[in-house]
Amino acid sequence: MTAVLPSRPAERPTGGKLIDQFEYGLDAPICLTWELTYACNLACVHCLSSSGRRDPRELSTAEAEAVIDELQRMQVFYVNVGGGEPTVRPDFWHLLDYAIGHDVGVKFSTNGIKLDRARAQQLARTDYVDVQISLDGATAEVNDAVRGTGSFATATRALENLAEAGMKDFKVSVVVTRENAGQLDEFKALTDRYGAQLRITRFRPSGRGADVWDRLHPTQAQQRDLYQWLLANGDQVLTGDSFFHLSALGEALPGLNLCGAGRVVCLIDPVGDVYACPFAIHEQFLAGNVRSPGGFQQVWQHSELFADLRNPQTGGACTKCAHFDSCRGGCMAAKFFTGLPLDGPDPECVQGYGESALAARDLELVTPRSHLDHSHKGPVRGQPTLLGMPSIPAKICDESPLAGLKLS
Amino acid sequence: MRGVLIDGSPASAAGQPAAGAVTIPADEVPFDPSVPWRKSPSVALRPEPFGALVYHFGNRKLSFLKSKPLVAVVTALESHPDVPSTLVACEVPEAQHPAYVTALATLARSQMIQRRPEESA
Repeated sequence: MTAVLPSRPAERPTGGKLIDQFEYGLDAPICLTWELTYACNLACVHCLSSSGRRDPRELSTAEAEAVIDELQRMQVFYVNVGGGEPTVRPDFWHLLDYAIGHDVGVKFSTNGIKLDRARAQQLARTDYVDVQISLDGATAEVNDAVRGTGSFATATRALENLAEAGMKDFKVSVVVTRENAGQLDEFKALTDRYGAQLRITRFRPSGRGADVWDRLHPTQAQQRDLYQWLLANGDQVLTGDSFFHLSALGEALPGLNLCGAGRVVCLIDPVGDVYACPFAIHEQFLAGNVRSPGGFQQVWQHSELFADLRNPQTGGACTKCAHFDSCRGGCMAAKFFTGLPLDGPDPECVQGYGESALAARDLELVTPRSHLDHSHKGPVRGQPTLLGMPSIPAKICDESPLAGLKLS
Repeated sequence: MRGVLIDGSPASAAGQPAAGAVTIPADEVPFDPSVPWRKSPSVALRPEPFGALVYHFGNRKLSFLKSKPLVAVVTALESHPDVPSTLVACEVPEAQHPAYVTALATLARSQMIQRRPEESA
């Protein structure tokens, strides 16, 4: 494993601020993201995990139970379950009960496909579970262009079912894009209508998100508006602490203003691979696998990669910036997948250093791509047609003139 | 304050004992160090290099104890009749007692510690 960040002093200080302690990592994650499957009924253009098709090496029910047992031993009190679409796993509801029965609370993200009235009632009866329904537009028009035709209707039906069942504290989860950044008040109104809570998070150039990042990431003006909106509404809206790069605009946003990758969070993917964060599915951020001896605990506590990430950054262009204490250099994954150095500015740096760094990239630069792609290969019902792009190639050669051509 | 990566579980850093003044709402019963206390039975302490992560299974609140001596004090509360005797037993220097009381008051407010039911004589 190659070192991904410059070497730094390794001594953990005694006392001081909590955020400084977090930079040196914890004995177990505060919470982690666990993607149960790469299978998904949708084909969202910005999917962070390039999901679509199930991976045949997916963890079995027994292996997933063993991971839950281990999380219980390590006192990880919460997991964020996602995918893919986690509810398409036939054992999803069993694993949900199993986790809750083992003191591991579950918050799962879904597009709502399986949340009929009966499931909504079941969830409303279950303590210690949180549901968030993904929606990337406050109107069907904006949402479906990114998530696919009919996906707005599916999501709002699920929201209706949850509200009707008396479910408490369910969430509407929005990835903020250039297309929906102007709809924040509408999202809030929609969410309030269902008695739900709004959660907005940052769009990263991860997975298929890299393909549409140039077109979909919010403009600088939108970022400033978003920052003002968060200052005004932040106490009623969840953010997963994902907008900490905006803190460099002035007042720090509520929450943890720090990249938690490999320090306080991580990702377990459907085949048991452990990555530094959900937005970093790439070999360079792969710390190990839960199937190997010592399991997840061994990976979390002893992987070389995580040890390397658990030090404060002391070098690089950003540390000389007056705003470094606010944004701490921003998001590691956003830099990595746009081909920027990890100790330099975030591509969306609100001080403008990201834009100049992007402009200064070598023209020959090939941005890193994940080694994994589970995207659907065939047509998908309702496949999104972002900005009028042809979604389903009529002939295979419309996708690539060399596709399917045997050259040897 | 919204969540240290766990949305909906506002995280509060209960002392470094030496935390600043705590504003106590007018309608709240002030923290009484002279009565018996204990860690809430719904609370789990997860040891960390700097102290501990505190999780309340009832209200799902997450918090942190920023020093190991504070962890020792919280754990020892239930073996002593009041806060001052707990602090003495844990060898907390007297000059730091007010700061510890402040930190414990914060934990009481978030229900991480609770008044112990009176023991029978």
